[in-house]
Amino acid sequence: MRQLLLKRLLQLIAVSWGVGTLTFILMRSLPGDMAYRIAASRYGMDAVDSRAADIVREELGLDQGALSAYWQWFTDLLSWNLGNSLVSGAPVSESLWHMLGHSLLLAGAGMAIALIIAIPLGLASAYWGGWLDRILLTVSTVMRAVPVFVIGLLAVIVFALEWNLFPVAGFGTPAHLVLPALTLALSLAAISNRVIHTEAKRVFGSSFYEFARMKGLSPWQAFKHHGIRNIAVPVVAFLGIQLITVVEGVVMIESLFSWPGIGHGLAHAIFARDIPLIQGAALMMGVMFVVLNTLVDIACHYLDPRGGRIA
Amino acid sequence: MLALSTTQKSGLALLVLLIAYALCAPLLQAGDATTQNLSQILTSPNADYWLGTDHFGRNMWLRLAEAMQLSLMMAALCVITSAIIGVTAGVLAATRAPWFDRVMDGIVTMILALPGLVLVLIFAAIVPGSFWMLYVAISLIQWIEYFRISRAITQRLTQSPAVQSSKLMGFGEWYIFRRHYFPAIMPPLFTIAAFGAANAILMMASLGFVYVGIQPPLAELGLMIVEHFPYYSDAPWLLAQPLAALALVVLACQLMGRGKSL
Repeated sequence: MRQLLLKRLLQLIAVSWGVGTLTFILMRSLPGDMAYRIAASRYGMDAVDSRAADIVREELGLDQGALSAYWQWFTDLLSWNLGNSLVSGAPVSESLWHMLGHSLLLAGAGMAIALIIAIPLGLASAYWGGWLDRILLTVSTVMRAVPVFVIGLLAVIVFALEWNLFPVAGFGTPAHLVLPALTLALSLAAISNRVIHTEAKRVFGSSFYEFARMKGLSPWQAFKHHGIRNIAVPVVAFLGIQLITVVEGVVMIESLFSWPGIGHGLAHAIFARDIPLIQGAALMMGVMFVVLNTLVDIACHYLDPRGGRIA
Repeated sequence: MLALSTTQKSGLALLVLLIAYALCAPLLQAGDATTQNLSQILTSPNADYWLGTDHFGRNMWLRLAEAMQLSLMMAALCVITSAIIGVTAGVLAATRAPWFDRVMDGIVTMILALPGLVLVLIFAAIVPGSFWMLYVAISLIQWIEYFRISRAITQRLTQSPAVQSSKLMGFGEWYIFRRHYFPAIMPPLFTIAAFGAANAILMMASLGFVYVGIQPPLAELGLMIVEHFPYYSDAPWLLAQPLAALALVVLACQLMGRGKSL
């Protein structure tokens, strides 16, 4: 266990450095004059002339060489200083924390709803089978074929525009959270209910489960003592693989619903060429990803202490 | 070759149908996908315009076909490139010096640390609207799966009696690859390729949707969805077309990749 954590920590450091360097190189090689773009996003498209661009260039030190800029960024990173946003001038780390909160809220709500949908459906379809199973298989297959933003779009059309139940976009009230979280949940549940179904079917059909029922346990007792944990291990491990769906879904959904999270921030930063913010957001996503994966590893370890299954 | 299940056959049939539409549609109707006709905007499907026209009066039958061509080409290019790179790297990592294996492992870990879509977003930001940049970015992510599978299978096989005796008999490495490794890698490769194609199409549409992918006036499925969305109450069929096309292409690929288990 300790070795695993140590390995993950080393991975984290290597990954942060790699991701940071990569984004840095990529962003330095962007075509066009950065000073103009930044001046445009600061003062508006019409107010930009070469004088404004020059002022921006001088103020931000944009004319220094790539190598020295990289060195400066790297030393800043070591002291946990992610720099200031080129556009707003606010510290990147501050806006990152702000965005992270919103993203985690969305991801958490989405995953919670997904589990609420997927677990009963997956178990029920494994237990009873028949038409319920076939309907769920069809619905899941169709849902997997449409990208997450299409689900979001349809949700907007049905719930926001036709029925006027929830706001189209924005944030603030709990009502604003409903559609984005539901969209994320549906796209996640489409996959996970099938995984739960397969695992539950395996357990229900196994000889140890049959023996538990045979020796006189009620269906609930058998499920509680012999079912849950056996079903949970592969499902949690699969959740780890699904994390990537969560993160990518969050990026798309935030852009669609103007939810002020990291994905939305990243997309905006790319448009505005806000290098520190892009680096910060990409770095944050990389770090978050590794950390969440570690948590899944630990969860699997505790669910199945026999070990040996942790990669 | 491969024995296809019924699910896979229906996926294949659907895919062939869609490819046929993408390639043959321009032959059946005259005109091109970019000509605007502002006196004929948002018409419903009729004898002249089989799928109606969009908000600029462009022929949807042709536009949709062009968008499909683009998506299918992206999928095919990404699958071929990443399969070749991934399998080559995987077999080499399993059979060559251990340091090569470790280096590849490090590269894979680094690329996997960032969710694929974020990586593609950053690449797309470098050269906005470039088809080739998207192709590079998507392939960069997708080769990893081929790499992992072929590495795992090859690693298992190198110790097998069959490969050992082939080596002892002095057969060349290319022969061993062709005779032993590739037949074992092939079946899972097919599944990965089918899902990879679906993912490539989805990725391109996602980028088009957040407006950093292919730029207008080119026809692209994700972009068309955004463009048509404002007109959904006037012309619901217009929005439905790219949505349905996207869903069908992805569904066809996913059905093809579906094994017998799920």
